[in-house]
Amino acid sequence: MTTTWLQNRNLTLTASAFVALALFAAGCGKHTPVPPPPPPPTGGNQTAPATAAPGSPTATLTAEPSRIEAGQTANLSWTTTNANDVSINNGIGTVAASGRQAITPMETTTYTLTANGPNGSVRATATVTITSPPPPPAPVTRPSVPTASLESRVQSDLKDAFFDYDAVNIREDARVALMADADALKRILSDFPNAVVNVEGHCDERGSAEYNLGLGDRRASSARDFLVQMGVPAAKLRTISYGKERPQCTEADEACYQKNRRAHMSAGQ
Amino acid sequence: MKKRTIIYVTVYVTVIAAVCAAVLLAQDKDITGLIVGNGGAKPALAVVDFRGAGDAQPLMDAFNKTLYNDLQSSALFDLKPKSSFPLNNPQQPSDLRPEDGNQGYALKDWSAAPTSASHLVFGYTAVQNGVLVLYGYVYDVRQPIQSAQLLFDRLADSPDEAGATRLGHKFASDIIAKFGGASLLGSRIYFTSDRGATGKYGTEIWVMDWDGNNQKQLTHLGGQVAYPAISPDGSRLAVTIWPAGGQPQIDMINTDTGRAIPFYNQKASLNAAATFTPDGTRVFYSSSASGTAQIYTAALDGRGFSRVTSTRGNPSEPKVNPKNPDALLFVDGSPNEQIYRMNAEGAGIERVTNGEGEASNPAWNPDGQHVAYAWTRGYQAGDFNIFVIDIGAPEKYIQLTHSEGKNENPVWAPDGAHLVFSSTRARKTSQIFSMLADGSQVKQLTTQGINKYPVWGVK
Repeated sequence: MTTTWLQNRNLTLTASAFVALALFAAGCGKHTPVPPPPPPPTGGNQTAPATAAPGSPTATLTAEPSRIEAGQTANLSWTTTNANDVSINNGIGTVAASGRQAITPMETTTYTLTANGPNGSVRATATVTITSPPPPPAPVTRPSVPTASLESRVQSDLKDAFFDYDAVNIREDARVALMADADALKRILSDFPNAVVNVEGHCDERGSAEYNLGLGDRRASSARDFLVQMGVPAAKLRTISYGKERPQCTEADEACYQKNRRAHMSAGQ
Repeated sequence: MKKRTIIYVTVYVTVIAAVCAAVLLAQDKDITGLIVGNGGAKPALAVVDFRGAGDAQPLMDAFNKTLYNDLQSSALFDLKPKSSFPLNNPQQPSDLRPEDGNQGYALKDWSAAPTSASHLVFGYTAVQNGVLVLYGYVYDVRQPIQSAQLLFDRLADSPDEAGATRLGHKFASDIIAKFGGASLLGSRIYFTSDRGATGKYGTEIWVMDWDGNNQKQLTHLGGQVAYPAISPDGSRLAVTIWPAGGQPQIDMINTDTGRAIPFYNQKASLNAAATFTPDGTRVFYSSSASGTAQIYTAALDGRGFSRVTSTRGNPSEPKVNPKNPDALLFVDGSPNEQIYRMNAEGAGIERVTNGEGEASNPAWNPDGQHVAYAWTRGYQAGDFNIFVIDIGAPEKYIQLTHSEGKNENPVWAPDGAHLVFSSTRARKTSQIFSMLADGSQVKQLTTQGINKYPVWGVK
């Protein structure tokens, strides 16, 4: 359909060029005071001036393009003769004898130009047709029931963030881990809209148990705050300090200590 | 195994002796004071093996062991070795005579060398009308017979081993009281254990007699429990519990029933590690209600709470002086935990420990003067040992344990002479131990499961 329209348009252009050339050649040969008006258009978007007596006003009004989508812009162009009062309806009002104006109609609209002169008045109309946009692609369908449980998603998709000894600041490797966690958390929370995820703070076995409880709380808060900054809803995260009560390992060496100094995510209840 | 233990103990005793002698001569008197009261020579007791009439005799082994252990662990007495005793011993006052030529029936046979006792503990038991009856005596052997009797007990219990053991405890308790000591009889040690708990990290509160007997599960809370504190009257425990998947909060537990008493927890990511005031009417605890963990105080039901500290560190372990409700110790960092003091309003904060290593777990002696605590001084971070200081001169300290595993959470017995603590010295898992305030008489009280966070209640 689009192709046909384009071909037709080319034909029209070709024909118009031929006519123009012919007129030009004729003009060179002998002087004709007033050229005849062009033939009436075949489309509905333009009206030719009514054939009138000399001295009567004439008017043309064109919309280009004549078919647009809602929100797009078309141009109205008009010419008149023998008129001293020219106006266009649909909110445009009084205009110059000839001119051009951009319009953005939201629905199919027919514009009417009225030209009044001493010897009468004439009207010309042009219609801008609003076409509907093609329908969007079908939305991505998600399985209504997630294939993996919340627990397994949290366990497999979220990585621990590790801390320095007796410290609560987010160091570089933890920042990288938590940024990935933030993305994963958003996906998980969109699949499980009612879920709450625990941000657990853990400590190594050095330091007293009671002191480490406070330290773990601060680590959990630190990780939580980072995730919230990355756009994870705060209401979906709950901090829990386990101090040094739930170690990953129990060897008395730095490798094990480091494993235990962490923020860890688990499925909430 | 036995040989290694002996070597181990020998080395340990040698180390203690060396440390005590070389470093701590100046404070020796203070700690001795904790153990024997107001100082002076300990009473020298000769405790004979009691015999039982007829059916009572098979029960006497349990009785004699209990009596001897209780008297010895009270640390009030110098118990004379049985190998130094005369051939015979009296079983009742009518056996005594003025002279016996060192055969044992005269009091001076016991006061003279080689026994060199100041007091003689003797008596016997018999099954009478279906009950086991004890006739027990303590005589001052330096006195004439007619004025020598210090104590006479006539006690009865069931005619079985348990009854004989109870008689031994009761008689020892009466002897200790007679000499002005505080008996530990009836006192109990509460602690956390993974025995009988549910879940990978589950723990429950367990309770045992002061000597490690009668261990039983007190609570069935179904979560992870830690940091118990015992009220001064022994009627309730404040514990920290993580309900399954939940944030740590404080539970108040009735020590008779093991059931929870309502306690209001502030809306916070943590409410934990509560301790009682000396009058038992309030608690101090940690809460993150204001953001980071700070110390709060509240009524016993958790209501009427107010914030005490506003430190930048990580304040925890508030401990009120048993003799002064306006004097608290607490632990704060960072970078490294130390013990601080403050008043009940959180003002007047001063560091108590000297800044070395990590110092934590402060525990007031009932005298309000001495403080036991866990410290890593001289060892790697996390390698805690038990130390004691006098709060009036905290720069002087006594080290009671010496890097045999991690030794933490020391708590005083009601007698002020004993300590209970946790240690990983036994097979690397945490177990509960008791010892005297000078680091001697270390006894392992638990062997099954993983046991931590002991507290010593009056009942």
